[in-house]
Amino acid sequence: MELIDQHTKKIMEGCKERARKVGLRFEDETLEYIVTNRDLLELSPKLMIPTLYDYWVHDVDVIKEKGRYELYPANPYETVINTRPAISFYNDNNPDWLNVMIFYHVLAHIDFFQNNLFFRHSWDYDFTGQALSDKRIIAKLRAEKGRWVDYVIEFSRGIDNLAGFHEELTRLNCMNITNGSKRMDFYFDVFLQSEKKVKTSEYLKEIERYNDCVSKFGDLAEQTFFAEVITKYPEFEAVLEKSTTQKPKQKMDLIQFLMENSEVLNKDENKWMKSVLQVVRKTSIFFQPQIRTKIMNEGWASYWHEKLFLQDDRIKGHEVEFARINAGVTSMPRVGLNPYALGMRLFSYIEEIADKGKYSIDFKRLHDAEERDQFDTHTGQGQDFIFNVRENLCDFMFVNNFVEQDFVTRHKLFVAGKRLNTAKMVWEYYVKSRKAEDYRQMLIDSLYHPPHIEIDMGKNTNNTLYLMHHFEEKPLVSEFIANTMLGIEYLWGGPVQLETSEIISTPTSQGQNALPGSLIPMKAEDTEPDVKWQRVLYTMEKRKLSKKTI
Amino acid sequence: MKIEFNVNPELLKLYNAFKAKGLTPRQKQTILLELHDTGTHDAHDMSGYDKDAKIEMVFRPPHNLYEHDDFSALQAIPRFQSTYVSRIRSIDELLERDKRREKDGFPRKIRVGRLVKPGKGGKDKIVIVPTTVEEKFIHDTSFKSSGEDAPSGGSGEGEEGEVIGEQPVRAPDGSGTGPGEGQGGPHEMESSAYDLGKILTEQFELPNLKDKGKKRSLTRYTYDLTDRNRGFGQFLDKKATLRKILETNISLGLLPDIDRIDSTRFLISPDDKIYRILSREMDYESQAMVFFLRDYSGSMAGKPTQLIVAQHVLIYSWLLYQYARQVESRFILHDTEASEVPDFYTYYNSKVAGGTKVASAFRLVNDIVEKENLVKDYNIYVFHGTDGDDWDADGKETIPEIKKMLVYANRVGITIAENGLGATQTSEVEKYTKASGLLDEKPDLLRLDVMKQDADEPRLIEGIKHLIS
Repeated sequence: MELIDQHTKKIMEGCKERARKVGLRFEDETLEYIVTNRDLLELSPKLMIPTLYDYWVHDVDVIKEKGRYELYPANPYETVINTRPAISFYNDNNPDWLNVMIFYHVLAHIDFFQNNLFFRHSWDYDFTGQALSDKRIIAKLRAEKGRWVDYVIEFSRGIDNLAGFHEELTRLNCMNITNGSKRMDFYFDVFLQSEKKVKTSEYLKEIERYNDCVSKFGDLAEQTFFAEVITKYPEFEAVLEKSTTQKPKQKMDLIQFLMENSEVLNKDENKWMKSVLQVVRKTSIFFQPQIRTKIMNEGWASYWHEKLFLQDDRIKGHEVEFARINAGVTSMPRVGLNPYALGMRLFSYIEEIADKGKYSIDFKRLHDAEERDQFDTHTGQGQDFIFNVRENLCDFMFVNNFVEQDFVTRHKLFVAGKRLNTAKMVWEYYVKSRKAEDYRQMLIDSLYHPPHIEIDMGKNTNNTLYLMHHFEEKPLVSEFIANTMLGIEYLWGGPVQLETSEIISTPTSQGQNALPGSLIPMKAEDTEPDVKWQRVLYTMEKRKLSKKTI
Repeated sequence: MKIEFNVNPELLKLYNAFKAKGLTPRQKQTILLELHDTGTHDAHDMSGYDKDAKIEMVFRPPHNLYEHDDFSALQAIPRFQSTYVSRIRSIDELLERDKRREKDGFPRKIRVGRLVKPGKGGKDKIVIVPTTVEEKFIHDTSFKSSGEDAPSGGSGEGEEGEVIGEQPVRAPDGSGTGPGEGQGGPHEMESSAYDLGKILTEQFELPNLKDKGKKRSLTRYTYDLTDRNRGFGQFLDKKATLRKILETNISLGLLPDIDRIDSTRFLISPDDKIYRILSREMDYESQAMVFFLRDYSGSMAGKPTQLIVAQHVLIYSWLLYQYARQVESRFILHDTEASEVPDFYTYYNSKVAGGTKVASAFRLVNDIVEKENLVKDYNIYVFHGTDGDDWDADGKETIPEIKKMLVYANRVGITIAENGLGATQTSEVEKYTKASGLLDEKPDLLRLDVMKQDADEPRLIEGIKHLIS
């Protein structure tokens, strides 16, 4: 790997200047490297982080078919990585005009990394540096402990997708926006909700009562308000007292819990394992926002590379070549999803709608189609609006908030279904729905979403670790359960239980085979089968897995 | 029962002959099915697409969101596929590690995978790679067992409900991604098969074939004084020299009377002396001959063929490796008639069609062995793969051929991959082989392995173990 030459670097600096002018914000320094195929061979298993720790699985082809992206939160072929300074990788024979386009794309990515709040935890340090020291720790441990280091890596990687990314963010982004009254916060946020578990209507009534107090008594509002509270809940003061003396409990993910509570890991001779767990957890959390902002990040980068390239005065005469490449990147596929195309269109759409002031109460109150169409308050706020979006949202929020019927209709989007035609023995792709809500749901369903598994403290008895998989109408991949639990058992040092949901397998009518030798049974018109669920409990004890229905 | 005319008359004759002997309705049904099959045994090709079709063909399943990356999108740097060679280098180490795992009490993790690399014009390459998977708790999105797959996105014209594209369930002409169905140049096939064999022996520790006969070494250089050289050398070949001297003197006229040879008058030219000199020769004798027999009748379509071919690939690869390419292999395909094909490639890629007579294949092997007198020099192994259907339902022709074979063969292994047509019944081949008692009589020589059509790779390997152990 070597740095790009001075000529190309100058082009990059020119791009930075122009990108800053339109409002992108990023740190001054960046590093650009030329990569060869050989470099890529080394880098891609390490998710483009040259200093990532060594692990034998990186040498093996990892089976791809089963939900690959669910297993790995990072794209192994990222052009730019989120480090300080940001590092990006280039082919050595890109023409200048192409480099300009890629540089803008890269700069927009860097802007995204450094401003989107889901990357907050990565802002204060350089990951490559961190990874290098982690790599050294692991190399040193491996010299001492041999293959056991790899077992610990393997087992902790088995649960690294359960790492508490959002909890980590909460810790960092915790805003102290209270009006100063702990008592108020406690009453409304904790007491009513968790202690008393009041109904929503009652909760709202309390808020109303408080607002009344404010309007009637002004400064004395709080006092008056709580006078009544205490007559209603005499224990309130005592509960408040108790809560303030208690240390706030931090929610722990599985890896943290094991590090804190596992007897095995806390034995003197095994303490080294905790540093391995820590490395694996940190690495996982570092990559988490990447996969949760795929559409936004690529959309944002595509939006800007197109816009900035066309304004760039240095490369006049390459518009046609640019158009070809750009179309390849950002055209909507007939069937399938392209995050570049989708994200870019959505950003442009949001900008336009915001420019017209359509994200306003006034607009939402309109019912007349004609009026809605003509509505335009010329706010000129479109740019600011999308900068806000890039700062505050992740893919789920982006899709959930902004994919609406107008957008779907304008770009002729649809949900493509795939069904079996037994007569012709083909999979048919067909237009399943053009409704925005269906399209939105399809997008949301295809987003990265690890299972929600927590430790159930109430059921942790007799040295047994009890894991609760919260039901989201999806089962776990069953063939992975055994080995994952085996790893947890090893790290925990005692029996591990997992409560999850499975489908009750209904005896399917074994239809006749359509053709001799073919595997597809003939089926009557596809009827959505009724899925029945049951809770099951897996127990891993002494490396033996058992299962029972509960 | 009426038979249409476009059937091969030879087959029809055969069918009628069997019918005269009496057939159960099920046998009749399977036979008829194969009889009316219009397929041929050509190797696969990809020309089967109707280009004028109104509906566009979508060959690849659509991409999901996370399959896109900047490198391929912006810089046209393809996803790097490292060559197999670079992987195999570390394979020993990986497998060593895997063995260790077992000793440490954890399940093994390395699997031997076959990747089918789709190529242009259907020239898929099969590459063998060690693979593994990192298990985690993840959602299973494919749990809905209805006929529909998870929906994807799309854009463009089309009414709701309109079909916009099709993708064949099986790739055209049954050339799927399954083992034994992909396409590869014969050479490619061979080299990766060799590597697979290497992995197999290391991983599964298949027992070696027994050594037989005196010619143990398969390949060696022998240094022998066999080359002749005139004038000088290491060792005078007296007989040849004398002959030469005679020749010279006859032409000189010094040998007037053949009955009274007076050697004192002979002239000896320096060139007449014939010497032997050292020569390096390759001793190229193979000790084993392996016959691969495959049923390629119509009923073998789909899974049974995939399984059989996959298993034979494994055996073949393993032989290639273990015996350093010195085991000779012969390939025989049969429907109602058997024919020998020149290479594994043809064997591997020929399509299924026609009826079934298992006896024909065994008879051909017996003929070849007899005609070429192979028994003298070779250990002979026969592996036969079939779905178990046989028009000769009680094995009247087959069993005698097998018996004949067992006299000379070191091992005959029969694999039956059930085609699921007669789901609950045992197949004919299985039935009559068992009935013949040969399996119990000569357990050392004859092995039978029956697998369901959903057998997976470990099952195949287990099958090989059974056939070879």
